[in-house]
Amino acid sequence: MDTTQYKDVYVFCEQREGVIQSVALELLGKARELADTLKENVVAILLGKNITNKAQDLIAAGADKVLVVDNDLLKDYLTEPYTQAITQIINEQKPSILMIGATTIGRDLGPRLSARVSTGLTADCTKLEIGEERELLMTRPAFGGNLMATIVCKDHRPQMSTVRPGVMKKMTADANRKGEIVDYKINFNEEKISRVRLIKTVKEDKGMIDISEAKILVSGGRGVGSQEGFNKLEELAGVLNAQVSSSRACVDAGIIDHSRQVGQTGKTVRPDLYIACGISGAIQHLAGMEESEFIVAINKDKFAPIFNVADVGIVGDVNKIIPLLTERLKGMME
Amino acid sequence: MDFNLSKTENLFLQMIREFAEKEVKPLAAEIDEQECFPIETVEKMGKIGLMGIPIPTQYGGAGGTNMMYGMAVEELSRVCGTTGVVLSAHTSLCAAPILENGTEEQKMKYLPKLASGEWIGAFGLTEPNAGTDAAGQQTTAVLDGEEWVLNGSKIFITNGGYAHVYIIIAMTDKSMGTKGISAFIVEKGTPGFSIGKKEMKMGIRGSATTELIFENCRIPKDNLLGKIGGGFAIAMKTLDGGRIGIAAQALGIAQGAMDETVKYTKERKQFGRSISQFQNTQFQMADLETKVQAARLLVRSAHYKKDNGIPYSVDAAMAKLFCAETAMEVTTKAVQFHGGYGYTREYPVERMMRDAKITEIYEGTSEVQRMVIAGKLFKK
Amino acid sequence: MKIVVCIKQVPDTTEVKINPQTGTLIREGVPSIMNPDDKGGLELALQLKDKYGAHVTVITMGLPQAEDILREALAMGVDRAILLTDRKLGGADTLATSNALAGALRNIEHDLIITGRQAIDGDTAQVGPQIAEHLDLPQVSYLESMEYDGKKTFTIRKQTEEGYQMLEIDMPCLVTVLAPAFKARYMSVNGIVNAYNREIEVWGADKIDVDEAKIGKAGSPTSVAKAFPKSLKPAGEQYEVDAEQAVGIIVSKLKEKFII
Repeated sequence: MDTTQYKDVYVFCEQREGVIQSVALELLGKARELADTLKENVVAILLGKNITNKAQDLIAAGADKVLVVDNDLLKDYLTEPYTQAITQIINEQKPSILMIGATTIGRDLGPRLSARVSTGLTADCTKLEIGEERELLMTRPAFGGNLMATIVCKDHRPQMSTVRPGVMKKMTADANRKGEIVDYKINFNEEKISRVRLIKTVKEDKGMIDISEAKILVSGGRGVGSQEGFNKLEELAGVLNAQVSSSRACVDAGIIDHSRQVGQTGKTVRPDLYIACGISGAIQHLAGMEESEFIVAINKDKFAPIFNVADVGIVGDVNKIIPLLTERLKGMME
Repeated sequence: MDFNLSKTENLFLQMIREFAEKEVKPLAAEIDEQECFPIETVEKMGKIGLMGIPIPTQYGGAGGTNMMYGMAVEELSRVCGTTGVVLSAHTSLCAAPILENGTEEQKMKYLPKLASGEWIGAFGLTEPNAGTDAAGQQTTAVLDGEEWVLNGSKIFITNGGYAHVYIIIAMTDKSMGTKGISAFIVEKGTPGFSIGKKEMKMGIRGSATTELIFENCRIPKDNLLGKIGGGFAIAMKTLDGGRIGIAAQALGIAQGAMDETVKYTKERKQFGRSISQFQNTQFQMADLETKVQAARLLVRSAHYKKDNGIPYSVDAAMAKLFCAETAMEVTTKAVQFHGGYGYTREYPVERMMRDAKITEIYEGTSEVQRMVIAGKLFKK
Repeated sequence: MKIVVCIKQVPDTTEVKINPQTGTLIREGVPSIMNPDDKGGLELALQLKDKYGAHVTVITMGLPQAEDILREALAMGVDRAILLTDRKLGGADTLATSNALAGALRNIEHDLIITGRQAIDGDTAQVGPQIAEHLDLPQVSYLESMEYDGKKTFTIRKQTEEGYQMLEIDMPCLVTVLAPAFKARYMSVNGIVNAYNREIEVWGADKIDVDEAKIGKAGSPTSVAKAFPKSLKPAGEQYEVDAEQAVGIIVSKLKEKFII
């Protein structure tokens, strides 16, 4: 493969019900940085139905060009039509880099696409840089977050990676940025598409707060132990205008919903303040929160690994300290 | 005897440990506290074949070995002494005597349902006046036409009330002494058979221990197990097997207390370091660990002999004696290592100490085991 | 119905620890287990077998010791077990792995292929959908439950961030399964007793239907440029004080950082 024919940084910009997902804007921010290093363009791929009016938002977020495919078949995400559309774009446009958000959609689409165009795909990257030979260096946690590995895709193009929501930073949106919007036509194979049919999409209230968007998180682990303990965290969160999150232990124990789990198998968060209560800090958990701006850890065991990432570590009983802290803060706020 | 577990046994250990950890351990404190029989656990055990481990597949069993059965009782007891004894009494004291002494019809009728856990088994030998001196049976069975008529009562019967099938030992001819004792299979619900008082116990409180009452209880003639007059021998042989089961239970309780104590003494800090770093802790724990391992070898050697058709009666007695006394010692010291917390129900070691005590008493007290061992020693 | 489940042996990453002095991985004594999502997928296959009758094959690609998880699968109730092992398959990334497995699957009858969503040692979630593509099968990933119409269609509940989707998919197809949705059954005692008496088919690269250029290290578009232990930022201050004092410290630090 002649890799020199391939250029520009492409981002698959995920939308759901016409709403551009936050991860798409984060990826555009990163793509802008990479493209500037390469002196190439950022191209956004936007698939959906009646979504052309969103293209300008992508330009504001860093894209130089937006390829819009507006088609009934793309209204809701399904593996096959989305794969067909992007495959045709890759074959015709020859992108050097393609970034996809590591959502349930991106993690379904990415591998299918990589197999169809026979290239490599690196999942859940936490860091993307350009190397000395203009190659993409894709760094990701391996071994359950115990190790970091930098992956390259030397002789195949595009260099594909997925990135989890919350990892990259958006650019400040600039409504005055100029860019090109292209109405792209795809030749669909409808017979293949018809093998999977969407019956319905259901939104459930899972105590639906996206913890990755929270500015302050009060997070509980095994040391909090019970529903009662979590009620105390809720009270503290109430005073701080924060959200409650958790380590895997409490999700497995059924105390709190999976949507609030921080870590390797949960969400990646980077709030301004992360208060880790009774969390020992297994490497899988640290992987999801160590980028937080300021970390307070409270744990009985002074050797708990959470203290290695904490800015302030308190050796003590969360169940005593949290109610006191709540009272004190309440007093101050009044 | 190979001291390493076979690949099959290792695979079995992987399964039973996971089962004990996920299905049994979470209920252990609750069934003790509420004196509640773990009926749902029995159903789960039945589903995967744990209620019929050493029963051949032609009778609906799992076709495993007694060694595996011993490992199951140990691993269950490690987290819950109650669950261990439910399985032990069911397998050793009910399914085993039917397998070893039953007619083909009896085996086909009872073993598949026992092995699947649909029916639980129990064994009735002990009476108010016939404990260690089991020959003093006062329950009688008289043949009347095509039926045996049972009268009398049994006490301290494990799984009583929850069991469907009971092996009942009764006197058929008092003039013949122990040769006048016979064994019978009695099903729950037979007219004249009722469950009496349920004991309030110190330990293994989730297991049901009850009185069985027979008042002109008529059972079919064919429910005689083995030969007329063969009941005492069946009872003694059944207890030989049962003792390895109880030895495994005691071993499991001891191991459970070791696990808890290792964990606690590593976590608990006094005078600036964890108490596991004190030599007093280390030396005592080393001694206990050695005894637990010795106990395990006695259990496995007894089951090895049973599986290979080698006489194991004395081995069973030694295993039970040593495991029970080790369990009592380990659990008592475990409570001591836990200090004040060990005496509270916040930690499981006080339960383990209460559970351990019974293993020195039932299916032959430690004194009976010493009699068996000494009997062999001074035989010549 | 012919079902094939792809399973993987993985180190139990929850047991992996880091040497605090050197920052390197401590691999000794880390047990190997059947990947949890794959085990969930195996449970789905066995449930379909219980309900509708099916022939269930498991296949794993790995080192010879991956036999352990095949024995476990046999003891759980599968009908056939295949170990795909060959030096030629070593060093494969997800694409090369999926090519090798797809090559094997071309030689195994299948109406339904099940994989776990992802493996806990790599967390990529790629191999399932890639296999589907190589075999030109429709796919649904993140499966939480599945109903069969008895003919050729499955109705699937797929997990999403906001809730779930209901989808229909025609056989033959591939699905990837989430472990929490399927509490795997225990191995049965009889299954264990027989597990080591049953045959495990050992396949080499010569038994699979795929271009050799697409497998192993040579068939892998991606490669690891470097691996390194995660660098943690230096630890902050630690305080061992009573609860009142602790609250005081936290409050003053938060003020200092203008968080409150």
